[in-house]
Amino acid sequence: MSAPIIEVHNLTKNYGAVKALRGVSFEVQEGEVFGLLGPNGAGKTSTVEILEGLRPPDGGIVSVCGLDPQSPGSAFKQEIGAVLQSTALPDKLRVGEAISMFASFYKRRRDPAALLKRFGLEEKRNTFYSYLSGGQKQRLALAMSLVNEPRVLFLDEPTAGLDPQVRREIYTIIEELKKERKTILLTTHYIEEAEKLCDRVAIIDQGRVIAQGTPRELKQRSAGTTRIELRLARPESDAALKQLEGVADCHASDGVYVVHSTRVPQTIVSLVKYLEANGNELSSLDIAAPSLEDVFLELTGRRLRD
Amino acid sequence: MRNAWTLTKVRMRLALRNRAFIFFSLVFPLIFLFLFLGLFARSNVAAVPYMLASVLAITVMGSFWGLSIQLVTFREQGILRRFRVAPVGPGAMLASSILSNYILTLPTVAIEFALARRIFHMQGWGNLGGVFFLITLGIVTFAALGLIIASVTNSTQETQVINQILWSAFLFLSGATLPLPMLPIWLQRFALFLPATYLVTGLERVMVARVGIRQIEPEIVALAVSAAMAFFLSQQLFRWEPEAKVGPRAKVLAAATIVPFLLLGLWETAHGNLRSTARTDFLSIERSAPADRPAPLNAPR
Repeated sequence: MSAPIIEVHNLTKNYGAVKALRGVSFEVQEGEVFGLLGPNGAGKTSTVEILEGLRPPDGGIVSVCGLDPQSPGSAFKQEIGAVLQSTALPDKLRVGEAISMFASFYKRRRDPAALLKRFGLEEKRNTFYSYLSGGQKQRLALAMSLVNEPRVLFLDEPTAGLDPQVRREIYTIIEELKKERKTILLTTHYIEEAEKLCDRVAIIDQGRVIAQGTPRELKQRSAGTTRIELRLARPESDAALKQLEGVADCHASDGVYVVHSTRVPQTIVSLVKYLEANGNELSSLDIAAPSLEDVFLELTGRRLRD
Repeated sequence: MRNAWTLTKVRMRLALRNRAFIFFSLVFPLIFLFLFLGLFARSNVAAVPYMLASVLAITVMGSFWGLSIQLVTFREQGILRRFRVAPVGPGAMLASSILSNYILTLPTVAIEFALARRIFHMQGWGNLGGVFFLITLGIVTFAALGLIIASVTNSTQETQVINQILWSAFLFLSGATLPLPMLPIWLQRFALFLPATYLVTGLERVMVARVGIRQIEPEIVALAVSAAMAFFLSQQLFRWEPEAKVGPRAKVLAAATIVPFLLLGLWETAHGNLRSTARTDFLSIERSAPADRPAPLNAPR
């Protein structure tokens, strides 16, 4: 295996008394889509901004394309592309002007017109930035991040705040980049995004990487339990459902009870008996394969969006 | 250098699409032109160059206002941080601020000259080379002061307050609106410490007395040193991030920009003749006023 294109060892970052990163370590191979998955405030953006050279680390070793992101000069910036958590451009800048301007900053550059065409912005080339929709702005941000044929692409929450349809459009674009073997570091708090797009994922919580591997490997960690999602005619307490046979964990969210069971048949039988005895009824019941959400729950005792 | 030029072109386009910029950089100076020349030089052609010098100074001094606001707005909105992940340094960003401002101010200056000649019948052009040199230096200096203001303020509101205070001082205490010799003596002494005063008196001298730039060396040195210091310090203090707040040490460092004017003010107070030459230029236009018309202004001695 060749040397990793991104290396992060024991990375630390403090904001005053707040310890944002407490020794984060991971490596990314060339051509890999690597995801940093975690809830808001976990340290994902701090990590990616240090890797982009936007913030200095307080400790640890960071290398991208063999370069220190804090190194002076433009060599490092020539190698990377970035979609920031929120990209802003001047309101009265036209789409075509924006991408041509950013292309002109680099030694290695792609044809801006071809990029606009690829990202479906050809007809918007004379439109002011302020007139673009959220999805169009994000597509432009992606197009701009590729103007220099970057060796590493950083995507910080690329679909945050976008509606489901636009999110799917962005997924399609990232999947195309994945097929081109582009190295991508993606941060997200969407399980679906990490499972669908990433070759490997590091789950990050409270400034620490608590697990990493392929989505399949991570989910196998939860292989000992199966997730049962159920709706009831009348509410029940989590504590009561936890007493059922084979139940490892149970929590309720938006009227849905998620029960993790080590012995599914026994759990279902004891559930039915319990409901009958208490005059309650099942409205629906789904048995699902474990997801990264379950892995996170198992590791932290919290849900990603808590 | 190539990045600075690319940014300059883009920023010029953005400025020309901004109605506020058009108003403050073209309409506003022309209002001053018609007001000053119409009121004070309508029946005294000899007063036109003197009044035009004030209008030119106001046009040039306006450089710092829009530039500082734009840079702070870009920082607040997170626009600068997008540039930060590209191979663009603070030098290119700051140089493009000054260069775009310079290129966009020159047409206003040309229009002001043309109107002074055409409508107000100004005779000759003054020392045109000297005027051009001072205008160039003035724009660079005041734009660089704008960069310093952008470096030491944390929000658009804070920038506006500081701009308003400085703009009022530059406008009313430098001789740009009220001729320096008309101000009370204590205010004239205070004016010796303002950068704007050296721009105004320098322009009056090259426009009215048509002196060469060698004869306004102190003004030129003060403006040039201040511009260089302001540019260097604004590069050192440049902040890309909206949340990066400026510390008290940076504010002290930025204050160093006014050192050349403090030194020059002290030297002028002790040995200089700026006030007396300003008075001579002012009296020369008063003397040339038509006999049937009383001199409009009386200068304190």
